[in-house]
Order: sequence, then structure tokens, then C-alpha cells
Amino acid sequence: MAKVKIYVTLRESVLDPQGSAVQGSLAKMGYNEVTDVRIGKYLEVQIGDSERNIDELVKEMCEKLLTNTVIEDYRYEVEEAN
Amino acid sequence: MKFAVLVFPGSNCDIDMYHAIKDELGEEVEYVWHDATDLSEFDGILVPGGFSYGDYLRCGAMANQSNVMVEVKKAAEAGKPVLGVCNGFQILTEAGLLPGALLRNKNLKFMCRTVQLKVENNNTRFTSQYEKNQIINIPIAHGEGNYFCDEETLAKLKANNQIVFTYSGENPNGSLEDIAGIINERGNVLGMMPHPERAVSDLLGSSDGLALFKSIVKQWREAHV
Repeated sequence: MAKVKIYVTLRESVLDPQGSAVQGSLAKMGYNEVTDVRIGKYLEVQIGDSERNIDELVKEMCEKLLTNTVIEDYRYEVEEAN
Repeated sequence: MKFAVLVFPGSNCDIDMYHAIKDELGEEVEYVWHDATDLSEFDGILVPGGFSYGDYLRCGAMANQSNVMVEVKKAAEAGKPVLGVCNGFQILTEAGLLPGALLRNKNLKFMCRTVQLKVENNNTRFTSQYEKNQIINIPIAHGEGNYFCDEETLAKLKANNQIVFTYSGENPNGSLEDIAGIINERGNVLGMMPHPERAVSDLLGSSDGLALFKSIVKQWREAHV
């Protein structure tokens, strides 16, 4: 059993209008030190017993469904259950 | 000519598409549910707009995992015409049948209005009944129609004349190079954000979309009859 935490972010070359709008709001509130905001997604995936290598499994799921590699990057952390 | 209109949970332009083909174009058409495993009886595949799977995760991402998409890929490989409109376009990019992706509209708003499109390439099986550079009125209705691709892909699209429609005048969503619709290299898969199926009769405000469907049928008749 493992819990996989997956972070999906827009690639640097892709504009993030949502992030820009949030940055604008923060600036209006006086947080002028904020220079950029990027909004992404966070997924928690519970994985039961598997014969497959967990990294291989997670990468495959990320590339087939969980992210669109044309516009998104991802990274993940695996937390093994005790 | 016999068309399939694919239906996913959350499709909502399937009925408009069916109406356009049956009542305005006068061709055969059937609804095909997303778990279908055979499209061999159809001559053309229409992937309609809507919010398949609630747009959860990413627009079109889960629809792309449906059984029927395996068959759509086979149909595309066999050279049959495949048209994806709005969410259908998003699904075709997720499927890798068309390059690039559709991002949130630059102004973050859902845009629902009639826009002017320019026919950039009328030398396709989808646009032969238009004039080159013709300006047509077609409605849009989307929140994520901001076409994006990397520079290398854009250069290829331009070199192969794969940009078929651009927004004329105002760009409603911030898409790269005002792109509204693109075709694959082979010329049998077209994806576009605007809705030609909603512009098939003057009663609807425009009949400029009808020529797109007529183009598909004309090419098919020339090849098959």
C-alpha cells in the first residue's frame, strides 16, 4: 500500500491566466512582493498491492491520463504505508 | 453518406449535430454511445461539443479513454473524415489525433456569441465549398478554447497549411495566431472550437456552417459514387 502525491503544473512556456488574475488580486491587497502566481493541481492516489514497480506505474498513469504533457509537467512523492 | 454522432456522458451538442446532418444536409446519421466498439458501418465520424465527463481533470481527458475512441483512431487511420467541434476538438487533441491543446480562455470567461471566422485553407475535404479567405459567421460557446502548441508544432501547422480557420477581427479566447480550427497532416481530421452545426439555417442566424458539411459529402461522393 502506498499513497502517491502528484503535483501537476502548467509548463513554464504556457501562460496561466488564472494565476495572473490571482497575482493581480494579491497586488491589489498590497502584496506587491508577489512576482508570479502559477496554479496547478494536486492529486492523492492510493495504490494497493501491485506486482509492478510503483514509479513505472505512476509515470504511466500520469502520461496516459492524469496530465497532458503538451501543456503540463508533473512530479510526485510516494509515501509507503506502515 | 452515413455519419456517426458520438455521445459521451455530458455531450450536449449531439442533437444539434444530428439535426444538421439529418434535416439540413439530408444524409444518414446515427447516435453512437461512447462504449461502442465498432464504427465500421460509418463513413464519417462527428465528435460533438459539450462537457464530457463534466470536464473533470481536463476537457476531453476522460472521454479519450472511452472504448469508442479506439474506433475513432482506427477510422482516422483508415482515412475517414473525423470532425471534432468544441469539446470534440478538445477530445481529438487529447487523443493525439490533432497536435496542441486547448487552454482556459485568456479572459477567463465562458464566451458564447457569434464570431467571424476566416477560411484560411479551402483546399481540404471539409472546406472545399468555401472561398479562400471567405469570412463566415459561426457561433462559439466555450471556456477553454485558447489553442496552444509549441513553436515547432506551429511551424509545421503553417508549413502544411493545417490552420484551416482563424478568428477574424477579435480573437475571443487568446488562441495562438488566432487559430480557430486545424486539420491533421493527412487532411482527414478537423478540429474547431466554433460550432458549424449551430449555423445551418437562416432561422438560426446563420447558415454559413452548412458548406462545411456539404464539403465532406461532396468529397465522399466523388470518391465513392
